[in-house]
Amino acid sequence: MRTALQNDLGASSHEDALLKRIKDGERELFYELVQPYERRVYAAALSILRNEAEAEDAAQEAVLKAFKHIGQFREEAKFSTWLLQITINEARMRRRKQLAHAMEPIADQPNEDGEYIPRDFADWREIPSEILERHEIRDALMKALAMLGEKYREVFVLRDMQRLSIEETAKILDISTASVKTRLLRARLMLRDLLSPGFGGGWTTKLSFAKGNKPWE
Amino acid sequence: MGVNCEKVWRESSNYVDGDVSPDLRKAIEEHAQGCPRCATVLAGLKNIVQLYGDERMSEVPLGYGQRLHRRLENDMLPARRGFMGWMVAFAASILVGGAFEVARSASVGVPEHVSQHSQPADRQIPPDLGVLVSLGGKLFHLPTCRSINNRASAVAMTAQQAMQDGYTPCPRCLRKYLRVV
Repeated sequence: MRTALQNDLGASSHEDALLKRIKDGERELFYELVQPYERRVYAAALSILRNEAEAEDAAQEAVLKAFKHIGQFREEAKFSTWLLQITINEARMRRRKQLAHAMEPIADQPNEDGEYIPRDFADWREIPSEILERHEIRDALMKALAMLGEKYREVFVLRDMQRLSIEETAKILDISTASVKTRLLRARLMLRDLLSPGFGGGWTTKLSFAKGNKPWE
Repeated sequence: MGVNCEKVWRESSNYVDGDVSPDLRKAIEEHAQGCPRCATVLAGLKNIVQLYGDERMSEVPLGYGQRLHRRLENDMLPARRGFMGWMVAFAASILVGGAFEVARSASVGVPEHVSQHSQPADRQIPPDLGVLVSLGGKLFHLPTCRSINNRASAVAMTAQQAMQDGYTPCPRCLRKYLRVV
Protein backbone atom coordinates (compact mmCIF):
# COMPACT_ATOMS: atom_id res chain seq x y z
CA MET A 1 0.00 0.00 0.00
CA ARG A 2 1.32 3.42 -0.87
CA THR A 3 1.58 5.89 1.94
CA ALA A 4 0.26 9.45 1.68
CA LEU A 5 3.86 10.66 1.50
CA GLN A 6 4.64 8.37 -1.41
CA ASN A 7 1.53 9.58 -3.17
CA ASP A 8 2.59 13.16 -2.60
CA LEU A 9 6.05 12.50 -3.93
CA GLY A 10 4.61 10.74 -6.95
CA ALA A 11 2.25 13.63 -7.64
CA SER A 12 4.94 16.27 -7.25
CA SER A 13 7.46 14.54 -9.50
CA HIS A 14 4.72 14.15 -12.12
CA GLU A 15 4.06 17.86 -11.72
CA ASP A 16 7.76 18.72 -12.07
CA ALA A 17 7.93 16.70 -15.26
CA LEU A 18 4.82 18.45 -16.62
CA LEU A 19 6.24 21.86 -15.77
CA LYS A 20 9.45 21.10 -17.58
CA ARG A 21 7.65 19.94 -20.71
CA ILE A 22 5.39 23.00 -20.69
CA LYS A 23 8.36 25.34 -20.34
CA ASP A 24 10.03 23.46 -23.20
CA GLY A 25 7.10 24.30 -25.42
CA GLU A 26 4.36 21.69 -24.88
CA ARG A 27 1.90 24.40 -23.94
CA GLU A 28 -1.16 22.21 -24.38
CA LEU A 29 -0.14 20.27 -21.25
CA PHE A 30 -0.90 23.28 -19.08
CA TYR A 31 -4.51 22.24 -18.54
CA GLU A 32 -3.33 18.92 -17.17
CA LEU A 33 -1.14 20.79 -14.70
CA VAL A 34 -3.97 23.05 -13.54
CA GLN A 35 -6.83 20.56 -13.48
CA PRO A 36 -6.16 19.09 -10.02
CA TYR A 37 -6.40 22.61 -8.57
CA GLU A 38 -9.23 24.11 -10.60
CA ARG A 39 -11.77 23.62 -7.80
CA ARG A 40 -9.48 25.32 -5.30
CA VAL A 41 -8.94 28.22 -7.65
CA TYR A 42 -12.70 28.71 -7.91
CA ALA A 43 -13.23 28.37 -4.15
CA ALA A 44 -10.50 30.90 -3.41
CA ALA A 45 -12.02 33.40 -5.83
CA LEU A 46 -15.51 32.77 -4.44
CA SER A 47 -14.32 33.32 -0.87
CA ILE A 48 -13.42 36.87 -1.79
CA LEU A 49 -16.01 37.77 -4.41
CA ARG A 50 -19.08 35.96 -3.01
CA ASN A 51 -20.66 35.79 -6.45
CA GLU A 52 -20.51 32.64 -8.58
CA ALA A 53 -20.28 34.31 -11.98
CA GLU A 54 -17.65 36.80 -10.82
CA ALA A 55 -15.70 34.02 -9.12
CA GLU A 56 -15.68 31.88 -12.25
CA ASP A 57 -14.50 34.78 -14.36
CA ALA A 58 -11.75 35.62 -11.87
CA ALA A 59 -10.73 31.94 -11.72
CA GLN A 60 -10.40 31.80 -15.52
CA GLU A 61 -8.44 35.03 -15.60
CA ALA A 62 -6.09 33.78 -12.87
CA VAL A 63 -5.41 30.53 -14.73
CA LEU A 64 -4.69 32.47 -17.92
CA LYS A 65 -2.28 34.73 -16.03
CA ALA A 66 -0.53 31.73 -14.53
CA PHE A 67 -0.17 30.27 -18.00
CA LYS A 68 1.18 33.49 -19.43
CA HIS A 69 3.77 33.80 -16.69
CA ILE A 70 4.68 30.14 -16.29
CA GLY A 71 8.20 30.98 -17.45
CA GLN A 72 8.66 33.09 -14.34
CA PHE A 73 7.40 30.49 -11.89
CA ARG A 74 10.17 29.88 -9.35
CA GLU A 75 10.23 26.20 -8.65
CA GLU A 76 11.24 26.41 -5.02
CA ALA A 77 7.55 27.18 -4.36
CA LYS A 78 4.71 24.72 -4.92
CA PHE A 79 2.86 25.31 -8.16
CA SER A 80 -0.51 25.17 -6.37
CA THR A 81 0.60 27.83 -3.87
CA TRP A 82 1.72 30.12 -6.67
CA LEU A 83 -1.48 29.55 -8.63
CA LEU A 84 -3.62 30.36 -5.59
CA GLN A 85 -1.60 33.51 -4.86
CA ILE A 86 -2.36 34.72 -8.37
CA THR A 87 -6.02 33.84 -7.86
CA ILE A 88 -6.25 35.71 -4.56
CA ASN A 89 -4.64 38.78 -6.13
CA GLU A 90 -6.97 38.68 -9.10
CA ALA A 91 -10.04 38.33 -6.87
CA ARG A 92 -8.91 41.09 -4.52
CA MET A 93 -8.43 43.44 -7.43
CA ARG A 94 -11.98 42.78 -8.60
CA ARG A 95 -13.29 43.06 -5.06
CA ARG A 96 -11.80 46.53 -4.69
CA LYS A 97 -13.83 47.58 -7.71
CA GLN A 98 -16.98 46.00 -6.23
CA LEU A 99 -16.41 47.74 -2.92
CA ALA A 100 -16.73 51.13 -4.51
CA HIS A 101 -20.46 50.35 -4.71
CA ALA A 102 -21.13 48.02 -1.82
CA MET A 103 -21.16 48.17 1.95
CA GLU A 104 -18.65 46.37 4.13
CA PRO A 105 -19.91 43.17 5.71
CA ILE A 106 -20.83 43.54 9.35
CA ALA A 107 -18.20 41.21 10.69
CA ASP A 108 -15.33 43.32 9.34
CA GLN A 109 -15.45 45.70 12.26
CA PRO A 110 -13.97 43.78 15.20
CA ASN A 111 -10.29 44.24 15.67
CA GLU A 112 -8.26 41.09 15.22
CA ASP A 113 -6.27 41.72 18.39
CA GLY A 114 -9.33 42.10 20.60
CA GLU A 115 -10.81 39.11 22.38
CA TYR A 116 -13.77 37.42 20.73
CA ILE A 117 -16.20 36.07 23.25
CA PRO A 118 -18.46 33.27 22.03
CA ARG A 119 -22.16 33.66 22.65
CA ASP A 120 -23.87 31.43 25.13
CA PHE A 121 -26.26 28.99 23.51
CA ALA A 122 -28.24 25.90 23.96
CA ASP A 123 -25.95 23.30 22.48
CA TRP A 124 -26.03 22.02 18.95
CA ARG A 125 -23.94 18.93 19.29
CA GLU A 126 -23.52 16.10 16.87
CA ILE A 127 -24.96 17.53 13.71
CA PRO A 128 -24.94 14.67 11.20
CA SER A 129 -23.37 15.61 7.90
CA GLU A 130 -26.39 14.15 6.06
CA ILE A 131 -28.11 17.49 6.60
CA LEU A 132 -25.87 18.77 3.82
CA GLU A 133 -28.05 16.84 1.38
CA ARG A 134 -30.53 19.64 1.88
CA HIS A 135 -30.03 22.67 -0.32
CA GLU A 136 -31.39 25.13 2.20
CA ILE A 137 -28.85 23.99 4.77
CA ARG A 138 -25.97 24.46 2.36
CA ASP A 139 -27.37 27.87 1.42
CA ALA A 140 -27.59 28.85 5.08
CA LEU A 141 -23.98 27.81 5.66
CA MET A 142 -22.83 29.77 2.61
CA LYS A 143 -24.81 32.81 3.71
CA ALA A 144 -23.23 32.71 7.15
CA LEU A 145 -19.79 32.45 5.54
CA ALA A 146 -20.58 35.44 3.33
CA MET A 147 -21.24 37.51 6.46
CA LEU A 148 -17.66 37.18 7.68
CA GLY A 149 -15.13 39.86 6.90
CA GLU A 150 -12.90 39.12 3.94
CA LYS A 151 -9.73 38.40 5.90
CA TYR A 152 -11.53 35.77 7.98
CA ARG A 153 -13.31 34.27 5.00
CA GLU A 154 -10.11 33.84 3.00
CA VAL A 155 -8.36 31.97 5.80
CA PHE A 156 -11.39 29.84 6.60
CA VAL A 157 -11.99 28.78 3.00
CA LEU A 158 -8.37 27.83 2.32
CA ARG A 159 -7.88 26.07 5.61
CA ASP A 160 -11.21 24.47 6.49
CA MET A 161 -12.89 24.06 3.12
CA GLN A 162 -9.88 23.42 0.90
CA ARG A 163 -8.01 21.73 3.76
CA LEU A 164 -4.67 23.40 3.18
CA SER A 165 -2.14 23.45 6.01
CA ILE A 166 -1.64 26.48 8.24
CA GLU A 167 1.75 27.05 6.57
CA GLU A 168 0.40 26.88 3.05
CA THR A 169 -2.50 29.18 3.89
CA ALA A 170 -0.02 31.68 5.36
CA LYS A 171 2.15 31.53 2.26
CA ILE A 172 -0.74 32.04 -0.15
CA LEU A 173 -2.14 35.00 1.76
CA ASP A 174 1.32 36.42 2.52
CA ILE A 175 0.63 36.60 6.27
CA SER A 176 2.23 34.93 9.31
CA THR A 177 1.15 31.51 10.60
CA ALA A 178 0.18 33.26 13.86
CA SER A 179 -2.24 35.48 11.91
CA VAL A 180 -3.69 32.44 10.17
CA LYS A 181 -4.41 30.83 13.54
CA THR A 182 -5.92 33.98 15.05
CA ARG A 183 -8.15 34.59 12.04
CA LEU A 184 -9.14 30.94 11.87
CA LEU A 185 -10.19 30.95 15.53
CA ARG A 186 -12.23 34.10 14.93
CA ALA A 187 -13.82 32.77 11.78
CA ARG A 188 -14.83 29.47 13.35
CA LEU A 189 -16.25 31.09 16.47
CA MET A 190 -18.18 33.66 14.46
CA LEU A 191 -19.63 30.97 12.19
CA ARG A 192 -20.68 28.93 15.17
CA ASP A 193 -22.37 31.98 16.64
CA LEU A 194 -24.05 32.87 13.36
CA LEU A 195 -25.42 29.37 12.93
CA SER A 196 -26.36 28.44 16.45
CA PRO A 197 -30.05 28.04 17.21
CA GLY A 198 -31.42 30.99 19.10
CA PHE A 199 -29.28 33.60 17.46
CA GLY A 200 -31.13 36.01 15.20
CA GLY A 201 -28.95 35.42 12.17
CA GLY A 202 -27.82 32.65 9.84
CA TRP A 203 -30.37 29.97 9.21
CA THR A 204 -32.37 30.68 12.36
CA THR A 205 -34.35 33.67 11.08
CA LYS A 206 -34.14 32.83 7.39
CA LEU A 207 -35.60 29.40 7.94
CA SER A 208 -37.55 30.23 11.09
CA PHE A 209 -35.88 27.64 13.25
CA ALA A 210 -36.89 28.62 16.74
CA LYS A 211 -34.75 27.87 19.73
CA GLY A 212 -34.77 24.15 20.44
CA ASN A 213 -36.26 23.35 17.05
CA LYS A 214 -33.19 21.77 15.57
CA PRO A 215 -33.13 21.89 11.77
CA TRP A 216 -31.18 18.66 11.49
CA GLU A 217 -33.77 16.55 13.23
CA MET B 1 -2.73 22.31 34.64
CA GLY B 2 -5.95 24.23 35.22
CA VAL B 3 -7.49 26.44 32.53
CA ASN B 4 -10.27 29.04 32.61
CA CYS B 5 -13.00 29.66 30.03
CA GLU B 6 -11.08 32.37 28.26
CA LYS B 7 -8.10 30.10 27.76
CA VAL B 8 -10.39 27.37 26.41
CA TRP B 9 -11.92 29.75 23.84
CA ARG B 10 -8.51 31.03 22.79
CA GLU B 11 -7.24 27.49 22.27
CA SER B 12 -10.51 26.02 20.97
CA SER B 13 -9.50 26.26 17.34
CA ASN B 14 -6.07 24.69 17.96
CA TYR B 15 -7.78 22.04 20.07
CA VAL B 16 -10.12 21.07 17.25
CA ASP B 17 -7.10 20.86 14.92
CA GLY B 18 -5.28 18.61 17.40
CA ASP B 19 -2.64 21.31 17.63
CA VAL B 20 -2.25 21.49 21.44
CA SER B 21 0.11 19.72 23.84
CA PRO B 22 -1.22 16.56 25.57
CA ASP B 23 -1.26 18.44 28.89
CA LEU B 24 -3.31 21.30 27.50
CA ARG B 25 -5.66 18.90 25.74
CA LYS B 26 -6.32 17.10 29.02
CA ALA B 27 -6.83 20.38 30.89
CA ILE B 28 -9.30 21.63 28.27
CA GLU B 29 -11.26 18.38 28.37
CA GLU B 30 -11.40 18.39 32.15
CA HIS B 31 -12.60 21.99 32.16
CA ALA B 32 -15.28 21.29 29.55
CA GLN B 33 -16.68 18.42 31.59
CA GLY B 34 -17.67 20.83 34.33
CA CYS B 35 -18.52 23.79 32.06
CA PRO B 36 -21.47 23.33 29.68
CA ARG B 37 -20.77 26.62 27.95
CA CYS B 38 -17.24 25.65 26.95
CA ALA B 39 -18.40 22.15 26.03
CA THR B 40 -20.88 23.81 23.65
CA VAL B 41 -18.22 26.01 22.12
CA LEU B 42 -15.93 23.03 21.44
CA ALA B 43 -18.76 20.92 20.04
CA GLY B 44 -19.89 23.83 17.90
CA LEU B 45 -16.43 24.33 16.42
CA LYS B 46 -16.14 20.63 15.63
CA ASN B 47 -19.44 20.87 13.76
CA ILE B 48 -18.27 23.93 11.84
CA VAL B 49 -15.04 22.22 10.76
CA GLN B 50 -16.84 19.01 9.85
CA LEU B 51 -19.74 20.58 7.95
CA TYR B 52 -17.78 23.16 5.98
CA GLY B 53 -15.02 20.65 5.27
CA ASP B 54 -17.51 18.37 3.53
CA GLU B 55 -17.04 18.08 -0.22
CA ARG B 56 -20.65 19.01 -0.81
CA MET B 57 -19.85 22.51 0.46
CA SER B 58 -17.24 23.12 -2.25
CA GLU B 59 -19.28 22.48 -5.35
CA VAL B 60 -18.28 24.25 -8.52
CA PRO B 61 -20.87 25.46 -11.04
CA LEU B 62 -21.91 22.93 -13.65
CA GLY B 63 -19.60 23.01 -16.69
CA TYR B 64 -16.95 25.09 -14.89
CA GLY B 65 -14.08 22.76 -15.85
CA GLN B 66 -15.07 22.62 -19.52
CA ARG B 67 -15.47 26.39 -19.75
CA LEU B 68 -12.06 26.88 -18.16
CA HIS B 69 -10.47 24.42 -20.54
CA ARG B 70 -12.12 26.07 -23.54
CA ARG B 71 -11.07 29.57 -22.49
CA LEU B 72 -7.52 28.38 -22.02
CA GLU B 73 -7.49 26.86 -25.48
CA ASN B 74 -9.04 29.89 -27.16
CA ASP B 75 -7.01 32.58 -25.49
CA MET B 76 -3.65 31.02 -24.92
CA LEU B 77 -3.05 28.40 -27.52
CA PRO B 78 -3.26 30.19 -30.87
CA ALA B 79 -0.66 27.72 -32.15
CA ARG B 80 -3.37 25.07 -32.06
CA ARG B 81 -5.68 27.06 -34.30
CA GLY B 82 -7.75 24.67 -36.40
CA PHE B 83 -7.71 24.40 -40.16
CA MET B 84 -10.66 26.81 -40.55
CA GLY B 85 -8.90 29.31 -38.32
CA TRP B 86 -5.88 29.33 -40.59
CA MET B 87 -8.08 29.62 -43.66
CA VAL B 88 -9.84 32.67 -42.21
CA ALA B 89 -6.50 34.24 -41.28
CA PHE B 90 -5.15 33.53 -44.75
CA ALA B 91 -8.21 35.01 -46.45
CA ALA B 92 -8.03 38.07 -44.24
CA SER B 93 -4.40 38.64 -45.12
CA ILE B 94 -5.24 38.52 -48.81
CA LEU B 95 -8.01 41.05 -48.31
CA VAL B 96 -5.79 43.38 -46.30
CA GLY B 97 -2.96 43.03 -48.80
CA GLY B 98 -5.40 43.76 -51.61
CA ALA B 99 -6.62 46.85 -49.83
CA PHE B 100 -3.07 48.16 -49.55
CA GLU B 101 -2.51 47.55 -53.23
CA VAL B 102 -5.64 49.55 -54.04
CA ALA B 103 -4.58 52.35 -51.74
CA ARG B 104 -1.11 52.50 -53.24
CA SER B 105 -2.31 52.43 -56.84
CA ALA B 106 -4.71 55.28 -56.11
CA SER B 107 -1.56 57.15 -54.97
CA VAL B 108 -3.29 59.07 -52.27
CA GLY B 109 -0.68 60.72 -50.04
CA VAL B 110 -0.92 59.26 -46.59
CA PRO B 111 0.58 61.61 -43.98
CA GLU B 112 3.63 59.86 -42.63
CA HIS B 113 4.68 62.19 -39.84
CA VAL B 114 3.80 61.28 -36.31
CA SER B 115 4.19 63.88 -33.60
CA GLN B 116 7.01 63.22 -31.16
CA HIS B 117 4.64 64.09 -28.35
CA SER B 118 2.39 61.20 -29.23
CA GLN B 119 5.09 58.75 -28.19
CA PRO B 120 4.01 57.07 -24.99
CA ALA B 121 5.91 58.29 -21.95
CA ASP B 122 6.93 54.74 -21.00
CA ARG B 123 9.20 54.62 -24.05
CA GLN B 124 11.71 56.42 -21.87
CA ILE B 125 12.15 53.43 -19.57
CA PRO B 126 15.19 51.32 -20.52
CA PRO B 127 13.72 48.16 -22.06
CA ASP B 128 16.10 45.86 -20.19
CA LEU B 129 15.45 47.44 -16.79
CA GLY B 130 14.73 44.68 -14.24
CA VAL B 131 11.27 45.18 -12.77
CA LEU B 132 8.78 43.30 -10.62
CA VAL B 133 5.20 42.59 -11.56
CA SER B 134 2.60 41.67 -9.01
CA LEU B 135 0.26 39.24 -10.72
CA GLY B 136 -3.31 40.40 -10.47
CA GLY B 137 -2.08 43.99 -10.36
CA LYS B 138 -1.71 46.38 -13.25
CA LEU B 139 1.63 48.01 -12.47
CA PHE B 140 5.30 47.14 -12.73
CA HIS B 141 7.77 48.35 -10.16
CA LEU B 142 11.45 48.75 -9.37
CA PRO B 143 12.47 45.94 -6.99
CA THR B 144 13.06 48.60 -4.31
CA CYS B 145 9.53 50.01 -4.55
CA ARG B 146 7.56 50.01 -1.32
CA SER B 147 4.14 49.88 -2.86
CA ILE B 148 4.26 46.43 -4.42
CA ASN B 149 1.07 44.61 -3.71
CA ASN B 150 1.60 41.09 -2.39
CA ARG B 151 5.33 40.96 -2.99
CA ALA B 152 5.41 37.20 -2.35
CA SER B 153 3.85 36.44 -5.70
CA ALA B 154 5.65 39.16 -7.66
CA VAL B 155 7.65 37.95 -10.64
CA ALA B 156 10.76 39.48 -12.16
CA MET B 157 10.98 40.48 -15.81
CA THR B 158 12.34 43.25 -18.00
CA ALA B 159 10.48 46.54 -18.37
CA GLN B 160 9.95 45.75 -22.03
CA GLN B 161 8.34 42.42 -21.23
CA ALA B 162 6.11 44.05 -18.61
CA MET B 163 4.94 46.67 -21.07
CA GLN B 164 4.29 44.03 -23.72
CA ASP B 165 2.14 42.18 -21.21
CA GLY B 166 0.07 45.31 -20.69
CA TYR B 167 1.44 46.45 -17.33
CA THR B 168 1.99 50.16 -16.74
CA PRO B 169 4.82 51.82 -14.79
CA CYS B 170 4.26 52.43 -11.08
CA PRO B 171 3.70 56.18 -10.67
CA ARG B 172 5.73 56.17 -7.46
CA CYS B 173 9.00 54.32 -8.05
CA LEU B 174 9.13 54.97 -11.80
CA ARG B 175 7.96 58.55 -11.61
CA LYS B 176 11.14 59.97 -13.11
CA TYR B 177 10.38 58.20 -16.37
CA LEU B 178 6.85 59.48 -16.55
CA ARG B 179 7.24 62.75 -18.36
CA VAL B 180 4.24 65.04 -18.42
CA VAL B 181 3.72 65.99 -22.05
